[in-house]
Order: sequence, then C-alpha cells, then structure tokens
Amino acid sequence: MSLVTLTVNGEGRSLDVEPRTLLVHALRDHLGLTGTNIGCDSSSCGACTVLVDGLSAKSCTMLAVQADGAEITTIEGVAEPDGTLNSVQQAFHECHALQCGYCTPGMVMAAMSLIDEYPDLDEAGVRSGLEGNLCRCTGYQNIVDAVLQAAATAATANAPAGSTP
Amino acid sequence: MTATATAEAEAPAPTAKATHFGSRRLRREDPALLTGEARFVDDLHLPGALWLGVVRSTEAHAVIHGIDTDAALRIEGVTEVLTGADLAPLWGGAALPCAWPVTDDMHNPPHLPVAVGEAKYAGDAVAVVLATSRYAAADGAAAVAVDYEPKPAAIDLASAAEPDSPLVHESLGTNASYTWELTPDPDAVEKAFAEAEHVIEERFIQQRLIPAAMEPRGVAAVPSPAGGELTLYSATQIPHILKVMTAVTLGIGENKLRVVAPAVGGGFGSKLNVYAEEIICSALALRKGVPVRWTESRSEAALATIQGRGQVQDIALAADADGRVKAVKARLLADMGAYLQLVTPGIPLLGAFLYHGCYDIGHYSFVCTGVFTNKTPTDAYRGAGRPEATYAIERAMDSLAAATGLTPEEVRARNFISADAFPYTSCAGLIFDSGDYHAVLDRAMALADLDARRADQARRRAEQNPRQLGIGFSSYVEMCGLAPSRVLASLNYGAGGWEAATVRVLPTAKVQVVTGATPHGQGHETAWSMIVADRLGIDPDDVEVLHSDTAVSPTGMDTYGSRSLAVGGTAIYMATERVLDKARVIAAHRLEASPEDLEYVDGSFRVRGTPASSVAFGEIAFAAFTAHDLPDGVEPNLEAHATYDPPNFTFPNGTHVATVEVDTETGAVEVVDYAAVDDCGRQVNPLIVEGQIHGGILQGAAQALYEDAVYTDDGQLATASLVDYLVPSAAEAPRYRLDSHVSPSPTNPMGVKGIGEAGTIAATPAVINAIVDALRPLGVTDVEMPASPQTVWRAIETARGRGGAS
Ligand code: FES
Ligand code: FES
Repeated sequence: MSLVTLTVNGEGRSLDVEPRTLLVHALRDHLGLTGTNIGCDSSSCGACTVLVDGLSAKSCTMLAVQADGAEITTIEGVAEPDGTLNSVQQAFHECHALQCGYCTPGMVMAAMSLIDEYPDLDEAGVRSGLEGNLCRCTGYQNIVDAVLQAAATAATANAPAGSTP
Repeated sequence: MTATATAEAEAPAPTAKATHFGSRRLRREDPALLTGEARFVDDLHLPGALWLGVVRSTEAHAVIHGIDTDAALRIEGVTEVLTGADLAPLWGGAALPCAWPVTDDMHNPPHLPVAVGEAKYAGDAVAVVLATSRYAAADGAAAVAVDYEPKPAAIDLASAAEPDSPLVHESLGTNASYTWELTPDPDAVEKAFAEAEHVIEERFIQQRLIPAAMEPRGVAAVPSPAGGELTLYSATQIPHILKVMTAVTLGIGENKLRVVAPAVGGGFGSKLNVYAEEIICSALALRKGVPVRWTESRSEAALATIQGRGQVQDIALAADADGRVKAVKARLLADMGAYLQLVTPGIPLLGAFLYHGCYDIGHYSFVCTGVFTNKTPTDAYRGAGRPEATYAIERAMDSLAAATGLTPEEVRARNFISADAFPYTSCAGLIFDSGDYHAVLDRAMALADLDARRADQARRRAEQNPRQLGIGFSSYVEMCGLAPSRVLASLNYGAGGWEAATVRVLPTAKVQVVTGATPHGQGHETAWSMIVADRLGIDPDDVEVLHSDTAVSPTGMDTYGSRSLAVGGTAIYMATERVLDKARVIAAHRLEASPEDLEYVDGSFRVRGTPASSVAFGEIAFAAFTAHDLPDGVEPNLEAHATYDPPNFTFPNGTHVATVEVDTETGAVEVVDYAAVDDCGRQVNPLIVEGQIHGGILQGAAQALYEDAVYTDDGQLATASLVDYLVPSAAEAPRYRLDSHVSPSPTNPMGVKGIGEAGTIAATPAVINAIVDALRPLGVTDVEMPASPQTVWRAIETARGRGGAS
C-alpha cells in the first residue's frame, strides 16, 4: 500500500491505496467524491476530468500516487457551500447544456480550465478545446454556447476597472 | 443561431391560463447534476458488498470444454468463482425474458444469464467471480482460464440467412428466428409494379451501432436477509418492467422486490432491457445475504449491452410517369444477434408500418426475417425500427427524384399526405393523427436557404471545385407514444402500453406527482411540474415529481419510444383533473354553492358572477386533511390516480435539410449546415424539445458519418472501445438551426406527440442524401454508411471507373 497526501477541494486528505489505484478511484471509492464519473477505459470520454494543480486532467489516466502532493479540484469543490453555482455551472444551467448529466462534471471542469487558459475563446476554440469530452445527449450546441457565455462572463469580470465593455 | 420561431398555427396551451406550458423554464434537475450531488448506481456506498466480475467468451462460437478457476481463486480478495453450471440452479433453467414473440412459430432459444456448455458470441458470459473489491473482481475474471473449442460462426447477416451458413443454434436447423409479413393486398401491389412507369429498387445496409450512453450499465442488489426483501438498483430505463421480469425469472415474490433506477446517465434504448447482470446480482445477493454489485466497463459495454440497427433492406417503389408513388415493397433481414433480448424481434416491426414514409400511396408490402448471428444481441436503439424505415424510403425517394428528373423537394411534395387528409388511414393500417407536411417542407426550405445553397452548388459544379456541395432532404413521420394496449396485443407484445400517475396534494398545498415514466436525461421533473402547476394555478416549485423507484411509484410502463409525455404526461394531466374535480366538490360545500356554478381562477374556486365569494386551493387542501367539514361521502384526502391507455399512437413529423461539403480528392465530408423543422405537436418546454432534437440529430448524423460496430470474419468486435468506435465530439458536431410547426395531436387532451427520437430518425438519410447529391454529377448513386473518407473516396473512384465522371 502507498500513502498519498492530496489537497482536495481545499482540504488536506491522506489515504492508503494500492499503488495501482487510479486517481479517479481514489477520489470516488476512498474519499467518497462520487461526482467525478467514469465513462470509458481508454482515456477517451473526459467524464473523469478534474483539475490537478489548476489544469484539467483525466483522472482515469493518472495513478493516485502520481498526484501525491497535488491540489485537486473536483466538481464537488466548484459551487459555493450554500449551493450557489459558479459561472460555468450557471451557464450550463441557463443554456440547457446537460440532459442526463453524466458527462457534465467532466465537461464543467474541462470548460473551467479552457476558459482559464484562453481568455479569447471563440466557438471553434471551444469545440476543439472540448474534443476530449464526450456527451451522448446534447449534440454539444448548448454546451458550446454555455462555455462561450461563461467565457464572456469571465472576460467581463477580469476586465481592468474603467475599461469600456 | 438557434432560431426557434414557433408556428403561427400554434394554438394556446390547453389550460385556462397557461403560465408555464410552452415556456422555456430552466430544468430543476440541473443543480444536483452540476454539483456532483446526483447519485448514479456506481456512486452508491454499500459497505460489505461483493463485486461481480464477469468472464466473457473470447470466441464468437465455441464449445466450452473446461473452466479452470484455480488461478482466479488464488487472487487476494476473490471469494468465489462460479460457472454457468454452478449457477443454473439459481434460475432453475429460466432464461432471460423476451417479451415480444412476434409470430407464433418464432424461435427463441433459451438464453441463460451465464452460458452452459457453449458460448454463442464474443462477450457471452461463461463464468462469474465474486470479490471484495472492484479491482479484485476484474483481476479474478481475467485469471479464469476457459478451454474453448471454436466452432464455425455465422457473422455476416446476409450470409447467415443462406442455407449453407453455420448455425448459431444447431437444434433449430436454421438461423431464421421468424418471418413476419404485412401485405394487405398482394395482387394490388403486383399490379402497381406491373403498371409502373418508374420502378426504383435499392438495397441499403443498416450497420450495427453501439448505443454508448455515457454512463455504462451498473447493478447493485441489496438484500434484507431477515425480511426477505431485495432492492435492486440498476442503471435502467425500465424499473417497473424489470421488477416483474426479475421476480418471474428468479421465482421470487414481486411483493418482496423493489427496483430503483437512481440517476441514470442516458439510455437511448440500451437500458430498456433485462440483462444477465441484473439477474446474476439479484440471485447471488439473495443467496449470500450481502449486497452484490457490478459496474460495466466501457469495453465490456460494447460486447454485453445490446447494439442497434443491423439490417439488410431491399426496398422497391412503383411510380407513375409524374413521380407519384403507387406502391412500396420492403424486404428486410434483421440481425438478432445470438439471442433474443427483451424486445429484439419486435424492433423491425416498429418500422414495419412506415416504409412508405409520409407519402400517400395505395399499396404496401413488408416482409421481415429475423436472423440469428454469433454476435451481441440487438434491441432498441433510439428510434428503434423507425430510423431504418425512414432511411430506406427517404433514400429511395431521392433515387426516384433522380429517375424522374424532379428535385428532391418536388418528388416529396407530390407524394405527401395532404393536410386535409387527416386523420389519415395509411396503406399499412395506421391512423395518422395530424400534420401539414407541405407547410413543414416549405418552412424547412426557407430555413435552409435552399435557393442560395443551390446557387452555391451550381457554381462549384461549374468550376469543377474539388469541394462539392450537397443538399440532402429527409421528411419523416414516426409512430410514437407507445402504445395502445390493444394494438400491442395484435402484435403479440407481452404487455400493455398504458402509463400511470398519481397527483397527491399535501396538507400545506404542496403537491406530489408520482409517475410511472422513468427519466434518464429527458427533464421530466421540470416538464411534469409545469403541466400540473398550470392546471392547479400554483408554482411549479411547489410540485415535487417522484419516479423511478417501485416503492414510491409502484405501477408504470417506463420510458422509451417517445412515450413519456404523450402517455405518461396525459396520465398526469388526467389525475390532476380528477384532483380538481374533487377540490371543486369540497369548495362548493364550503361556499354553499353547487359545483357547476364554480370556476377555478388563479388558484381559487369562486362562484361565477360573484368573485368575492371564493376559496383558495390551499384552504381546500387543508380542509381535505383535517376532514372536519367535508361533504358527506367525501374521503379525507386530495389525491387522484389515473391510468391512461392511449387510443392511438401519435405521429410527430418533420423535414430536415443537411448541407454537406465533400472533398472529392480525399472523400472527407463536413456538415456545413443543418436545418430542421419538426412538428411534435404542442410543446410543454421548447428548451427541452430543442435539446432532444440537437442530441438526436447528432446521433443520426453519427450513423451516417462515423459509427459502425465492426466485426471481423471470426466474430471479434473490432470497435470495442471509444478509441475505435467513433462517438462524435463537439469538434465534429455541426450547428443545428431549428424551427417548428405545431399541429396538435387530437389523440390526447394536451395535443402533444413526442420528440425523443425525431432527430435520430431524420438525420441519417438527410446526411447521406446530401453526400449523394454532391456526388451525383460524378456518377455516384449510393454511399454506404458510415460515409468515412475512405468509403466516399472509393464511391467516387468506382463511379469514375464506370465512366460516370463528368
Ligand atoms: S473515464 Fe477518464 S477519459 Fe473516460
Ligand atoms: S448530458 Fe448525457 S452524456 Fe452529456
């Protein structure tokens, strides 16, 4: 067994896992954070996307031991404690960007990372940026629109004071 | 831009004051799903559970000479390994159910949850492992050594139907499961073909598809050893049907069984079944007295969850010199796979009545033979029979257009059932409820900006541009709202098609709606709360919707076939009416008026003409609870139940126009525009309707362009992962532009039809017709699915070789 220490959603956690334990299973089975989903066994679907030190990563492609010492954000750590959705979650809600919601936690995490990384996202950028996240329900259009809406919100929030919109 | 103009034809929603019906209300389901709070089966915390691992046949067809469990049993955490023979006593020989014996002489060989003696397809369960963790279960299953003696396998569908094919089930002496025919007047069909000016004959192949709901299946069976009950959690679309079937298969009392479908991550028909793992987990949990659970891996899903489509279609049209179709003949081979699952044989029959599409023709003949192959069983996949039918007729109509020199839109318009013909009795015996197919087509042409696109196409043709443009039409009508129970009886289906609902008003005037419909992404809670809130004049947030747990919602027929709104929603509407009727009696008593003199306005009953004299809904709810002053004979509650058995199907319809760019040098296809006009009757929530259409279109387009369950000659599935099986991403998806037409269905009080499958039904032929349209000047008349760059390139080269190039 291996001892792994992580900061998950701002909280220090240590866990004793088989060395082969995938990060996604460590989060789900050992820490009870079941919001991160598993949709494949070939790193194809992105349902398991979390932030590792601020960057999106497919938690099924990483061992828990590889994440030792890292800061992890999962979907459970995104909304306010009182349930208020963050801007990406809110945009998904407003744009009807989810149906069954199984891909959604991974989509939201991937979108947060994308918006963070590219301040000037356009539609093509969103589509290629989310290529690694599959959704079987929505046909993607509303997801793309939600990410663009959230990106616009972020751009407004980040605009220096006094700049004109 | 998504332009969702609603048609002028839209009538007001059928309620005195429709505050919510028809509005784009955001979904109440979202917050739990957006924050990770929702619980799917694999999220359940079940201390002490044993994990099931399934050993699956690596051979398409083989005798099992021995199963060596020693290595598996040495793995830490593995507690037991059980073969099919070990497990047989648990189900006492009962097989997994097939509820649709389409003919009296249909062959339905026993389908055991775990095979004994012989494996019939790659993926067939041959043994199981129990272990204390999911990793140990997987290790254990991998360590079981099975001694197979491979046998010849029937893989290719058309070959499997030949007399010299290897047999999947030798004892049957044939691979044919059944042959089903619908030919009301054979002589008239032959006469029409003999007299036809144009006869179009086409063969189309519907490749097999992997449904690929993003949540793989999962099962957890939790026993209560002292009480003898069992709770079965499953990622299923059909908890109610599953409860009956599990009880019957295992011989346990239905009263001791509770089935729960927690959050379910999509289904598309693939979770409309009774699967081996549900039976195995239930049987083992009862035997061991501890929870037994299983979560499907994605590559396992490709083998162990049903697949869709899989047909060889021969369609023939007889038309006169003006391109008017007089008769349609369809002959199908339908791939059953190795066994019949819950409704496998009936899937082609859901299309059997629709091979003449939305066209007013005189004579009809349909014959389908279900054929066993050594492959994963097929069953319902989004559209189930109707996409196949629509594909065949819509492709053939384009061939007719080419033969007659008419445009695709003109050949359709000439043959459409006209708006004044509804209700329309079809040549196949259905009664189409309502529609205006010409208006829908006109609207679609306008939305697609057809003239400009045709001008662009002409320009590119003239300049011999390597990137050619194609415009593809697809007009469809589908039968939804499954289904009138008597019609199901005439088709030998093993159950009814009704739906149940309870509307219960609580003492504080909050409302519980209990429904037998079982959502897995459709937004039912939001839609049902809107319907009930409008009727009762209350806020949708005061309406809770309870579903998907047989302890809470004991009766229901579940969700598939675009039935939830047209059947389940109607039951809810009826139960709400009954609540209002009772409330009216209580209100009349309190107002000392007669019930007929009351009107219900803004959540209060008032005496007509005397608005000051009124009693609010909340007061009635509380009065029903205290029972201090109810009229004689009125029971102290305010709730009502309704079970609705629809008198007819509903018939959503539409026209979709796909515009594609085809690179004639590489064969690459890009969908550059997608315009869709759908008529699903009145829309409760257009936001949800559009979402269903978007997702449906992409699934249909994906069959046309990307998806194919490819089997090698020896029966190995070559596309068993999401690396090899191309579920499209946002990067491949086109932008959809939608419009709608509303012709209310006269069949139900809300005038609704259903929209779950429309996009998938329409999109596949629209995209392929567009590709063929782009390439017709090069001599291409057909492109197989999926239209990969290689397939398209070969079609171009073959046509050039034939001298078709201009
Ligand atoms: S589960 Fe990680 S990419 Fe699919
Ligand atoms: S919402 Fe169902 S998979 Fe994306």
